Amino acid sequence: MNKVPLIHVTRRKDIFWVRAWLVRIIAVALALVVCGVITMMATGLNPIKVYAAMIDGAFGTSRRLWMLLQNIAILLCISIALAPAFRMRFWNLGGDGQALMGALGAAASMILIGDKVPNWLLILIMIVVSICAGALWAGIPAFFKARWNTNETLFTLMMNYVAVQLVAFFVIVWEVPKGAGKIGIINQNSNAGWFPQVGGQKYLLNVIIVSVLTILVFIYMNYTKQGYELSVVGESEPTARYVGIKVRRVIVRTMLLSGALCGVTGLLLVGGTDHTLTTTLVGGRGFTGVMVAWLAKFNPVFMVITSFLIVFLQRGATEITTTFGLNQSFGDIITGIILFFIIGCEFFLNYQIHFRKAHKEVA
Amino acid sequence: MKNFKKISALLLAAAMVSGMVTVVPAEEAEGTQVVAGLICLHDENSTYDLNFINCFKEACEARGLVEGETYYITTNIPEGQECYEEAMNMVDRGCNFVFADSFGHEDYMIEAAKEVPEVEFCHATGTKAHTEGIQNFQNSFAHIYEGRYLAGIAAGMKLNEMIEAGDITAEEAKIGYVGAYTYAEVISGYTSFFLGARSVCPSATMEVTFTGEWEDETLEKEAANRLIEDKCVLISQHADSMGAPTACEAAGVPDIAYNGSTMAAAPNTYIISSRINWVPYFNYVMDCIEAGEDIADDYTGTIETGSVELGELNEAVAAEGTAEAIAEAEEKLVNGELHVFDLSTFTVEGAAIESYQADVDTDAAFEKDTEVVADGYFHESEYRSAPYFDLMIDGITLLDTVF
Repeated sequence: MNKVPLIHVTRRKDIFWVRAWLVRIIAVALALVVCGVITMMATGLNPIKVYAAMIDGAFGTSRRLWMLLQNIAILLCISIALAPAFRMRFWNLGGDGQALMGALGAAASMILIGDKVPNWLLILIMIVVSICAGALWAGIPAFFKARWNTNETLFTLMMNYVAVQLVAFFVIVWEVPKGAGKIGIINQNSNAGWFPQVGGQKYLLNVIIVSVLTILVFIYMNYTKQGYELSVVGESEPTARYVGIKVRRVIVRTMLLSGALCGVTGLLLVGGTDHTLTTTLVGGRGFTGVMVAWLAKFNPVFMVITSFLIVFLQRGATEITTTFGLNQSFGDIITGIILFFIIGCEFFLNYQIHFRKAHKEVA
Repeated sequence: MKNFKKISALLLAAAMVSGMVTVVPAEEAEGTQVVAGLICLHDENSTYDLNFINCFKEACEARGLVEGETYYITTNIPEGQECYEEAMNMVDRGCNFVFADSFGHEDYMIEAAKEVPEVEFCHATGTKAHTEGIQNFQNSFAHIYEGRYLAGIAAGMKLNEMIEAGDITAEEAKIGYVGAYTYAEVISGYTSFFLGARSVCPSATMEVTFTGEWEDETLEKEAANRLIEDKCVLISQHADSMGAPTACEAAGVPDIAYNGSTMAAAPNTYIISSRINWVPYFNYVMDCIEAGEDIADDYTGTIETGSVELGELNEAVAAEGTAEAIAEAEEKLVNGELHVFDLSTFTVEGAAIESYQADVDTDAAFEKDTEVVADGYFHESEYRSAPYFDLMIDGITLLDTVF
């Protein structure tokens, strides 16, 4: 007798894009309904008011809108940094550490030579140092992978902890005041190494830089020879070798690029907005970026949408906890439910579930 | 399907419209209406933040402010750019008084203060307001070292009781202390606590260990357990979780708490606690804003202002006569007969201190800039509100200073 499993899953053929987006919209709507029910049961609040507060928290004032854009820019920057590596099927989980090393490089330049060189030269040095630091942090696991085929997932992950410890060490070296365990804002009065404000807006420069980088990465991945090579390596290493692609070189090259872009993220955080160095500066965005990149299927343009969604949820969640005096975990629950539905719907878009049909049992 | 889309679109639109409407506080005739915002490093699970949250709610509600309308509390804001963003968010909510509770928030509050001069930004435990010269940025703290000293007396009495009962010898009267960072606020705290204990139990010694975090329950619990294994017979802490009190309760070792009573969680070992009551300061600031008056750059609460408080005394654990001994010392502190850092009561590397330059004005080089010793005692929290006593006195052993 043929054994048919109760449930079996097959890959879907290409789904029409209108239908795919309809499914996504329904998923979001369903998530909102479920969140609404849970909100009412757990807190007795009117869910419409809760959603209104979320939207207010993200878009309510021009300042909130700018902060939203800034946070999207930083998350997007780290996500487009990871995308080429992931397209190559190189699991770079070290985005946090690579960005942190970039931040360390920028902060070190500001602290050590902030008052010794003119500002334009200082900023130039910061750019070079942080890009090199990020690239180095990604280059080490890439080199080991290319040379001895070490496991890049573990290696890049471990490098995060090394980076955090390095930063923790230098925070103590540069702490102000003594014993406080924090650096505070670097060059708060001289503003040495602070990026200039464009158009009187604190965050505009970061947004512009990340927008340009996003377009460049999109072009690099889709319309250049190197971008094609890394896709081939990702699809199948033997094929890549067969057509004459130098796999080792592609791995190292792509990871250097990935790390350099992560370094830029750190640079933008230290030079552009935060002007400080802490172990939590990057705040797990190297991991959130993995989700952003995956959800967008490594397409930098879609990543704009997915990073917007995640940042919106984060900022909205903070707002509802403050407005309604709830514990922060409640915001996390709401965010979790919405993400669950979105990721779940991606599964159903890619796979089809077949149930065993009852009448076949009889035969 | 189509209907569903329509409904969800309608819902979204409705949500967006109502989201645009922000509450604008009404100007009252007699003065400015206060809208207050509190920014906390952690949430109510940290004893330190809980103390701020309770005091803030008490002060705000006493003058009729309503949470979510005329006062706001945000928790879990790290010591980074997030603090600046949240401070500006408070401004957007209509706040004219924003308060941040953690030491590392200071620089970000300064950034916010520079940007919005019409809003008052106040910050607990900071050091820079008296030198930065920003009109709408203020620091505040309290003579908590006096509260610590009084709590220390309760510790000393307990040690005496143990010695008299024969549980330990006089030489074994060793206190354990869980600190956060090797920072002046912590050093001042444990030293004053120790001096209080030694004032009644002369043979007392103390061991201090640091966690390198303001709040980390696991680290604090482990630190307390390590101290207990090291034969410390009484524990106190300057770290913000329930780690040390619960470790003490499990091991049956008496504990002196900070930031508030931990009696509910540790009924068999909690003796007493000291805390800063922030209500007087919050009232002072909000009164100033209502009346349109300037707020002091640097506010230091005292026992007399009601800012330094001891928590409930656990009679079941405390030694007999503790309440009386504390009351007596408190009176002497208030009338100036007694000084916590009296130079005749401690030595540093075997020698008495005659003069000391403290780093009162914060700078990257830690430059010692102010003479703080006069009239036979160390003048703590007089030249600025935040503590600057950072001497390592004899009788206290630091097990580690890595942080």
